[in-house]
Amino acid sequence: MAETHSLQDLRQQAAIASKVFVQRDYTSGTICKFQTKFPSELETRIDKQQFEETIQTLNNLYAEAEKLGGKSYLEGCLACLTAYTIFLCMETHYEKVLKKIAKYIQEQNEKVYAPLGLLLTDPIERGLRVVEISIYEDRSIGSR
Amino acid sequence: MKNCEYQQIDPRALTSPTATPTSTLPLANKNVQRQRRKWEVFPGRNRFFCDGRIIVARQSGVLPLTLGLILITSGLFFIFDCPFLVANLTVFIPVIAGVLFVFVVFSLLHTSFTDPGILPRALPEEAADIEKQIDNSGSSSYRPPPRTKEILINDQVVKLKYCFTCKMFRPPRTSHCSLCDNCVERFDHHCPWVGNCVGKRNYRFFYTFIVSLSFLTSFIFGCVITHLTLRAQGGNGILSAVQQSPASIVELVVCFFSIWSILGLSGFHTYLVASNLTTNEDIKGSWSSKRGAEDYKNPYSYNNIFTNCCVVLCGPMPPSLIDRRGFLPADEIPPVITTEQELPPFMAKNDTNMEDTCQDFALSCTG
Repeated sequence: MAETHSLQDLRQQAAIASKVFVQRDYTSGTICKFQTKFPSELETRIDKQQFEETIQTLNNLYAEAEKLGGKSYLEGCLACLTAYTIFLCMETHYEKVLKKIAKYIQEQNEKVYAPLGLLLTDPIERGLRVVEISIYEDRSIGSR
Repeated sequence: MKNCEYQQIDPRALTSPTATPTSTLPLANKNVQRQRRKWEVFPGRNRFFCDGRIIVARQSGVLPLTLGLILITSGLFFIFDCPFLVANLTVFIPVIAGVLFVFVVFSLLHTSFTDPGILPRALPEEAADIEKQIDNSGSSSYRPPPRTKEILINDQVVKLKYCFTCKMFRPPRTSHCSLCDNCVERFDHHCPWVGNCVGKRNYRFFYTFIVSLSFLTSFIFGCVITHLTLRAQGGNGILSAVQQSPASIVELVVCFFSIWSILGLSGFHTYLVASNLTTNEDIKGSWSSKRGAEDYKNPYSYNNIFTNCCVVLCGPMPPSLIDRRGFLPADEIPPVITTEQELPPFMAKNDTNMEDTCQDFALSCTG
């Protein structure tokens, strides 16, 4: 832990060598889901399983946000009955899950990715189009 | 056609963005010290109010007319017809009209002022990555490969098109609105009456608006007819009734002409909701089974009218993907590709690929 990058150090000192973009997977329709295919550029940096686990957890969280069920229908009907004024004061279920996702990404960055010289960008900052992974230059420490 | 050219901005070069035409506040770009919000440098053709909280299309269309007609007709109804009807029938008439009026106005304002599901444009690095993938997979012949990607959704082949303005492959059901110059998710149509695109995030507001407006116009129409009939029976015939309440004729005329179109539109959109289609798909006949011998089926439909209605109207509310009120990083120039330059298509550009230029122009003119 002492010799590896911390999230703070990474952002301030290291330079970005390249970026990898994990695209959306539309085979199940328009729901938010990312491809779990392991990008070749990350082969030397991270475990394939670790990466797939991260993406799969993200996909599950987005599925939870967009889940069609009793709760979401209730929220929708209530909103309709109040002429959509509750959207002005209440946080929607989707927004609550987005906060969870942001926390998960922060935690993954701190624990897993930053020590390996990588950084995940929250997909919401890229319009839910891609998961952007920044690969930082490996200057100070020896390679894995 | 409209302005559809772009100039790639090198994020390392020190080109400060020109005064954005999208900003309506006069001091937005003068003070360089103040931290700017992202809406101030938004590349699409939109206008923002209340410091980015409200978004409308650049051309407000006939929104003032729509609002004016609704307010005036309802106002005349409450002032001139309701007193008579309350006295002779029931007090519930203005109550029902009031509830419908509130629904109509709120849903109209929500439709007009909500982000319809605009997709932010691809940042330069992302765009470069996509270009690399296209070049790798395309043929090496002189003619550039067609920028489409075919994917399988629920066993149905769907073609994704590349958007030259936004520099990305459009997700399924997304379309680029040439009036607003934005890609909009689940694009339905650009409605001039509400002055905004109708897309994924505001379709339910739009539907509520037209349905409640149908009820309101029918209700006012019925009540005004009842009012004039009662007056005519009680007094000296229909002419004197009209003389006593001339405002009613105005309401009758407005409602009569509105009812046909609004009721028709409500019916059409009810059909779209029940089959989980968009106006765009219906007009293009994307999933019509009459095209060719192949069996085109809508891959997004749940094949159940009730489920489709629930999903479209009561599904989870997706968030706005354009972070309007976020702050721009202090020293960074916003790394987006803008289309604000009003250049004629063949002027000198930084883009070295001439074919790209011609293709851009041709494709962006067709939206």
